[in-house]
Amino acid sequence: MATDIKSISLSGRKKEVSVKEMTFMEKIYLPEIAKGMGITLRHFFKKKVTINYPEEKREFSPVYRGRHILMRDENGAERCVACGLCAVACPAEAITMVAAERKPGEEGLYREEKYASVYEINMLRCIFCGLCEEACPKDAIYLTEDLIKPDFTREGFIYGKDKLVMPLEDKIEKIK
Amino acid sequence: MDSFFLIEKGVLIVVIFAITMLIALYSTFAERKIAAFFQDRVGPNRAGPGGILQPLADGLKMFTKEDFTPDTPNKFLFILGPGLFMTTALLTSSVIPWGDTVNLFGREFNLQVADINVAVIFIFGVVSIGVYGIMIGGWASNNKYSLLGAVRATSQMISYEIAMGLSIISVLMMTGTLSLREISLQQYGFINWNEHWFSWYVFRQPLAFLIFLTCAFAETNRTPFDLPECESELIGGYHTEYSSMKLGFYLFAEYINMFISSAIISVLFFGGFNYPGMNWVNETWGINAVAFLGVVALFIKIFFFIFFYMWVRWTVPRFRYDQLMNLGWKVLIPLSILNIVITGGVILLLK
Repeated sequence: MATDIKSISLSGRKKEVSVKEMTFMEKIYLPEIAKGMGITLRHFFKKKVTINYPEEKREFSPVYRGRHILMRDENGAERCVACGLCAVACPAEAITMVAAERKPGEEGLYREEKYASVYEINMLRCIFCGLCEEACPKDAIYLTEDLIKPDFTREGFIYGKDKLVMPLEDKIEKIK
Repeated sequence: MDSFFLIEKGVLIVVIFAITMLIALYSTFAERKIAAFFQDRVGPNRAGPGGILQPLADGLKMFTKEDFTPDTPNKFLFILGPGLFMTTALLTSSVIPWGDTVNLFGREFNLQVADINVAVIFIFGVVSIGVYGIMIGGWASNNKYSLLGAVRATSQMISYEIAMGLSIISVLMMTGTLSLREISLQQYGFINWNEHWFSWYVFRQPLAFLIFLTCAFAETNRTPFDLPECESELIGGYHTEYSSMKLGFYLFAEYINMFISSAIISVLFFGGFNYPGMNWVNETWGINAVAFLGVVALFIKIFFFIFFYMWVRWTVPRFRYDQLMNLGWKVLIPLSILNIVITGGVILLLK
């Protein structure tokens, strides 16, 4: 039996269009308006969905990935060894770094003999996928819950070590 | 004419003018706040506590905008338009009875600027002149969209004025007077078992009330009849070319119109300054308390209708132009004529 092409529904959501005459109650229009006004009045008393941003902040999910941070170890020395694995892993190619050798007397600053003298992440390129975090063999880079602050220039979004490395005061706070 | 009379009327005019302006100012704020509430938002809440200073900020912004004049040969008419619209919007407040008689400084006076015996006709006349404000503004803008908006506004307002006038006639047949003060006094109290149960005219003329309400929406260019300003078809309607305080005058006058039409609806159908239990208040606290509570009652009614305007705005979608004309000419006018016939018949029967 050949089915009529008009009765086939590929999406399974086909609906018949009804062009039935309006009933008298629908034609006099006022009861329908009253019904609609009942619905809007219910919305008037509903709980508002607005979040007053600077005062209230929306809760982030526990796996939220925001601004990066370069961690220090328990003595306050930088963990990063400038191996470049994060830069290789980065699909957006947002990370660049310059490696340098640790001088004698700098053991308190850098944990191993090699460290990153320049470490930059372009926050406009970064897609916050978290692959750098996964690639890091030294647990040096993490993504925090912070947001990237707005800026007027594109250069302002290239974050150097001054913004990325965990502040020493934070480390001291944590040890306490 | 004694000087006391002049002082009394002068003070009354200034107070009513100030109150009208204040309410129109805060209607803009209420509009935004209520719109937000109907859409599950909170609305403007940054300027001052709860956003209470928002209208001042809006007004300041309006004043400081560039006052642009289009390349039009009718510079005078371009300025005349908003002025005329504003003037007519404010004029109607003079005949509305804002309260009952008060007794102060050993004298009795009415809380009404002018108790003229043709108040209803005066209001209709002034409202009709208001159409000129829109028409002149739209014409002088030298812009086809402004002109289209003005033509729409004019034809809409003229069409609905007829239905409005006819719906009022059935009320006037019962009142037997055109003075708004008399009409208010006839609706004394709330329940009057001896004469005619519920004294407010809305209970005796519900159909006239519905027609009048619908026409009031059309006259004030509010949704669902805001075709003169519909942005999707006409950019901004008749005030497309206006900017700065000239635009402010148009917008402001619209809110004044809304306030005044709410007041007229309250006076004609909801008893004006009457409220349940007036006799009891008169016996316990005296005539001044009656008048004071009457003013409060009137303003509660007015505020309810302003809220109602906004409530309808966020519920009912805009009419199409042919639907608007059909409703006006083919539904409301025959209905109001039918209402006149029925009212006349019932009045004759009861005699």
